[in-house]
Amino acid sequence: MTTLELRDVVKEYRLRSGFRHSVLRAVDDVSFTLEPGRTTALVGQSGSGKSTVAKLLLRLERPTSGRILLDGRDLPRRGAAGHAYRGIVQMVFQDPFASLNPYHTVAHHLARPVTLHHPELGRTAVLDRIHELLARVRLDPVEEFAARRPHELSGGQRQRVAIARALAPGPGILIADEPVSMLDVSIRLGVLNLLAELQRQEHLGVLYITHDLATARHFSDEILVMYRGSVVERGPADDVILDPQHEYTKLLRAAAPDPERRLRELAGP
Amino acid sequence: MSTATQDPALAAAAARSQPRRRRRTLPPMTPKLAVGLAITIVIAGFGAVGPLLVGSPSEVRNIGMTPPSAEFWLGTTQTGQDVFAQLAHATRGSLLIGLVVGILTLLLSSFFGVVGAFAGGWTDEAFSLFTNVMLVIPGLPLVIVISSYVTEKSVWMVAVVLAITSWAGSARVLRGFTLSVRNRDYVLASRVSGESSWRILTVEILPNLVPLLASQVVFAVIFAILGEAGLSFLGLGATGSFTWGTMLYYAQNGLALRLGAWWWFVPPGLMLAVFGAALALINFAIDSIINPKLRDGTREQRKRWRMTKEQLRESEEEVV
Ligand SMILES: Nc1ncnc2c1ncn2[C@@H]1O[C@H](COP(=O)(O)OP(=O)(O)OP(=O)(O)O)[C@@H](O)[C@H]1O
Ligand SMILES: [Mg+2]
Repeated sequence: MTTLELRDVVKEYRLRSGFRHSVLRAVDDVSFTLEPGRTTALVGQSGSGKSTVAKLLLRLERPTSGRILLDGRDLPRRGAAGHAYRGIVQMVFQDPFASLNPYHTVAHHLARPVTLHHPELGRTAVLDRIHELLARVRLDPVEEFAARRPHELSGGQRQRVAIARALAPGPGILIADEPVSMLDVSIRLGVLNLLAELQRQEHLGVLYITHDLATARHFSDEILVMYRGSVVERGPADDVILDPQHEYTKLLRAAAPDPERRLRELAGP
Repeated sequence: MSTATQDPALAAAAARSQPRRRRRTLPPMTPKLAVGLAITIVIAGFGAVGPLLVGSPSEVRNIGMTPPSAEFWLGTTQTGQDVFAQLAHATRGSLLIGLVVGILTLLLSSFFGVVGAFAGGWTDEAFSLFTNVMLVIPGLPLVIVISSYVTEKSVWMVAVVLAITSWAGSARVLRGFTLSVRNRDYVLASRVSGESSWRILTVEILPNLVPLLASQVVFAVIFAILGEAGLSFLGLGATGSFTWGTMLYYAQNGLALRLGAWWWFVPPGLMLAVFGAALALINFAIDSIINPKLRDGTREQRKRWRMTKEQLRESEEEVV
């Protein structure tokens, strides 16, 4: 059982241009909690700081101020606890064409996180785990997919590999940064359904970052709306979508096609 | 892996994946590459084995300036030395210099280029400053200055001097590429998995740099062999050892050209040109992996698609 909490987190980037520099507040005083078994959606326009929040949670960036708490304690940065954190909080990247190393096989991509976080497993146990992971993201026949390289897979298959890799260490929190925006419309729903199913099975806390209000409503329990770095609206998914309070959310709602119709469209004919 | 032998599907998959791996790391065998490799291997073999089979290259005889004959395949020099024996030793000397410079360039440029760019921050700033300083130091004058200070120069010494003045360009190229690879998502993903920096560098980034490294090294070898020839021709090369450059220097001093003794200066000159061309051919092949644009859409390729003349002309206009 893992909870991950962001408390009053601020992230500033210093932009240098010549001798002067300006400060860009990418994340401005954001607080929320990811809990096991719940999906939180983070929506907002491009550049509103969604990916920066993901990077902060993944410890790829340090917050300028504020705290990030794992089960109520400050994030471990170094040592064994710091390493274990890598196994607890995992990420599915946006672009499946960029997130897999063209040089390595699918098996390599899955074997590394498994052996890193379960060094006690022997070779055959790791192999079994790889096959199990591939089966769970429905890449059958597993042996054949394990031997392939990224360029021999379709976009959807790659994203399934990326999901399997994120699940490999057995995480408690999964961050998905626009996991389907680079995929063809016809396979988006399949990948999202797979994510939702895995989340239920593993009782994961999920942060689902997206532009798509319809899928945000359908797949998440809570929605946070970000606007220029700060969270301007939050609440249960249906409330935020059906009864938006903040100007920006209303705008977003008006710009999006009818959520119900959109979901039917995604489901296909 | 016991499962591999039991499961026919897995065995088949493994068998299929094997040639795939090879195809990706090695450049495709094109005529250019085949010719380049063949020439390089022949010349390298001559340099390795030749000196063992011929007599002493410095032995003086009283039959000077004889044209090629059955006894002396490439004739003799002014002082009756066997040109063929000299050529064998010179090939070994020149290749040795190329090899040493190639290895040193590989080490220096990947250390200052790749490690710096990967580490980032102050390390990167310092490394790239140092690289840039080395880059703007004019190579040839420095080599001449160093060479004229040190009177007893071994082949090794010359090689080290050449390497020091030539690695910086490669380091810059590698730094640029490493910077772009470092920020790719798959590197972030392996960091998120908890890989150590060292493993990310060697297992995730380096394999993608191999073609570029190879082409930089090949280029450095060409530069070194030609550079050494130039130095030796100016009389600043290694003392007391044979290279293609020193042969040309002695031929020049012995008035070989004026006396029409082509067998003295043509062989080393030809070796230089042919070896340089062979390495350049290999580099073309490596380039086509680094930059697939060079490979696809060439006129040759389009011809293979059986385009008509009109279509060819049209597509040419499109490209331009
Ligand atoms: N490393 C960085 N240095 C400077 N500024 C940055 C850096 N990373 C992000 N930013 C800035 O921070 C802001 C938020 O970026 P972020 O990537 O979080 O947006 P986003 O909400 O994910 O957008 P999108 O929906 O397009 O992915 C942007 O204005 C961006 O320019
Ligand atoms: Mg983003």
